[in-house]
Amino acid sequence: MKKYNYFITALIASVLLLAGCGNQNGNGGSNSALASNNAEKVYVAPGEQDEFYAFLSGGYSGNLTVYGLPSGRMFKEIPVFSQFPTSGYGYSEETKPMLNTSFGFVPWDDAHHPDISQTNGELDGRWIFINGNNTPRIARISLSTFETEEIIEIPNSAGNHSSSFITENTEYVVAGTRFSVPVPQRDMPINEYKGNFKGALSFISVAPDNGRLNLEFQVMMPGFNYDLSHPGRGKSHGWFFFTTYNTEEANSLMEVNSSQNDKDFIAAVNWKIIEEYVKNGGGKKMPANYAHNVYSDETHTGTTTMKKEVLTVDPLEVPGAVFFLPTPKSPHGCDVDPSGQYIIGNGKLSADLTVHSFDKMIAAIEGKKFDGEAYGIPILKFEDVLAGTVKSGGLGPLHTEFDGEGNAYTTFFISSEVVKWKLGTWEVIDRKPTFYSVGHLMIPGGNSRKPFGKYVVAMNKITKDRYLPTGPEMEHSAQIYDISGEKMELIYDFPTHGEPHYAAGCPAELLAPKSKKIYRLDENKHEFATLTPDKARVERIGNEVHIYMSTIRSHFTPDNIEGIKVGDKVYFHITNHEQDFDVPHGFSIIGQNTSELLIMPGQTKTSIWEPKKVGVWPFYCTDFCSALHQEMQGYVRVSPASSNIELSWSLGD
Amino acid sequence: MKKASLIMMIGPLFLLGLFAFPLWNIMLGAPQYPEPLGMNIHIDGIRDMNEFDLQNIDGLNHYIGMKTLPKPEDMWEFGTFPLVIGGMVALGVLIGLLGFMGKVSYKWFMGWFVLMSVLGILGMYDFNEWMVDYGTNLDPHAIMKLANPDGTPMTYKPPLFGHAKMLNFDVTSLPSTGAWMMFTGMMFTVFAFFVGWKSQKSE
Repeated sequence: MKKYNYFITALIASVLLLAGCGNQNGNGGSNSALASNNAEKVYVAPGEQDEFYAFLSGGYSGNLTVYGLPSGRMFKEIPVFSQFPTSGYGYSEETKPMLNTSFGFVPWDDAHHPDISQTNGELDGRWIFINGNNTPRIARISLSTFETEEIIEIPNSAGNHSSSFITENTEYVVAGTRFSVPVPQRDMPINEYKGNFKGALSFISVAPDNGRLNLEFQVMMPGFNYDLSHPGRGKSHGWFFFTTYNTEEANSLMEVNSSQNDKDFIAAVNWKIIEEYVKNGGGKKMPANYAHNVYSDETHTGTTTMKKEVLTVDPLEVPGAVFFLPTPKSPHGCDVDPSGQYIIGNGKLSADLTVHSFDKMIAAIEGKKFDGEAYGIPILKFEDVLAGTVKSGGLGPLHTEFDGEGNAYTTFFISSEVVKWKLGTWEVIDRKPTFYSVGHLMIPGGNSRKPFGKYVVAMNKITKDRYLPTGPEMEHSAQIYDISGEKMELIYDFPTHGEPHYAAGCPAELLAPKSKKIYRLDENKHEFATLTPDKARVERIGNEVHIYMSTIRSHFTPDNIEGIKVGDKVYFHITNHEQDFDVPHGFSIIGQNTSELLIMPGQTKTSIWEPKKVGVWPFYCTDFCSALHQEMQGYVRVSPASSNIELSWSLGD
Repeated sequence: MKKASLIMMIGPLFLLGLFAFPLWNIMLGAPQYPEPLGMNIHIDGIRDMNEFDLQNIDGLNHYIGMKTLPKPEDMWEFGTFPLVIGGMVALGVLIGLLGFMGKVSYKWFMGWFVLMSVLGILGMYDFNEWMVDYGTNLDPHAIMKLANPDGTPMTYKPPLFGHAKMLNFDVTSLPSTGAWMMFTGMMFTVFAFFVGWKSQKSE
């Protein structure tokens, strides 16, 4: 009987234990008071607006998505590196040049790390930058038009991953190579990698007035993998820090062979010294070939310039420019706290975080306390630069952000959690699970001198059961935590688009007031614009036909066109004459081999149509523009190639 | 009487505000125009509340067959009103000055006020006439021809004063800064009349 009682007690205890674990999936459903409290925190009532903008990279979508926090509502997908048939980006004649590279037209990329421009280490909301990882490129996106304005290709680079991070006055946007390659590229055996490949760290200047990018110099580093980076700020402004892995310089079965060294490095690069060296004529110009694509919102047109030269810097020729900080276990994220004092190496194959001290690093450099060198670059002693270690008990730390209150938040991929810890004491304050396998996290301004530590967004790599299943392929999940209290609180969970890697956020009031509503028609300088309806016309140059067309609610001018022949190349140059907020017009024509156009008020866009069949073919507006949107249509008569029907066009007769 | 005359000189100067500020304002809000479109009616023409508002009002009104809003050169009023206001300001100040010098009596102050009131009412009448024409003289080929519940064709005259619901739009029409300044100035002249009348009595 006694035994039986024990058994019952054990059974009850285990049931209680299980019940106690019931909230582990973090939905708060079993505690309705808590759940409704959390619901209030993320509830942005209809007609109300969010407190923050969040820009999540699209990863393999090649684009950038714009969300609101705390609602998790998606506002826009900004096409950057990928063709986007929704708006015609990369299909229209004006935007095709944006995707030109030295490899030709590359209509896709893998977009990773957005970063908002800064002044004095604080977000200023002028532009956001993002890297294309696969065919190395950096893009600059306007934060008044929310459109891609510039893309520059990075030569001598491959796997443009430790990018696109900016210095604290947006002096440079920095792009490091994850894959080292032969520089210059040449035909050579792969297994002669070691000692022969180079890792280029590129410093691209940003013109303060118009944001124009220029590749100023490349630091040609040893052939390691430069994984992630962040700028120094405050006292460490002028330095840039890059994590490395594969200091083994393995070239095959990397998952094993590049994980052999107990410590890899964080490379500390003093770009101020290198800038000075370059200003005084230092560095070596080498031939190169890379595309620089610029879009103007006055001409509404992108242009490509091929650049033929790049300035390279051998770090050994600039004393005091580069040092290596030994950092355990193939560090991934490289993050600098708001004061600029701590450099955090997230050793992705360990349980611990390594925190280096900037002051100690400077002292070690000044005391010349080196622990050997790698390819001539001094290695500092681990113990001399170490500020502390965060013993978290988690596994696989990847990235760290800061709340501006002296706390840091680190994601742990393997143990799938966010850990909050204290700078200086290194004690762990709180930990919360993520769903599942979190990569980056983002606090608005969390990698600047002035974070807005109210929410953290965790972006996960695995979704599994979080939402209704949609077959084998699912969007990735993200979670929002309220971090205003001592303990983090999971308040929302939402699907994202593509595969967000890093993200950047800022207070809504920084951008909302200056968001452009229309393009002014009287500032439209497009070569083929139709600025008044009476200038609408059709012109033939050989077999090229240029249709100068205007649109306003709700008709095309002209809407009847005759005299087009099979074999013609027909350019529809369409100007939207609306000057009213949120009244785009669309354009599509049957058999178009590209995409539609979506033309914003005051804008001109061009689509090419090559009619292959005789007939009368309709075109129409694809954006429901008004009550008479359905009537916004027209016809093109296509005659046989041998026909001698004259060009004619009309509206309303 | 000197005090009254000074007040009489100041009062009409308030009418100069009409050269800087709108006389009347009409706002048109709708579900798809959470930031309403607006027109400011100045004595010399109709202007945008926000840039492109007039263009967008015209764009919307073409569906129901309304004419486009008049440009200054389309209506004689926009040439004449500034002259009338300017003339009345000069006349008012002159009367005040003559009163100050003792050449005219305070009764002239009331005379100016009555004349200004008559002109004001005529102006309002004329403005209302234009609005009737604007709202009812519709293009027979209009895209949308709507009827009232009683079967008569729907018209779109904006209210002279206050609010009206017109299709999807809430239309609010109210006097604006210029009108309020004119009103204030005119009250000054009435006040000047009373001050003059009192000083006469006490003598």
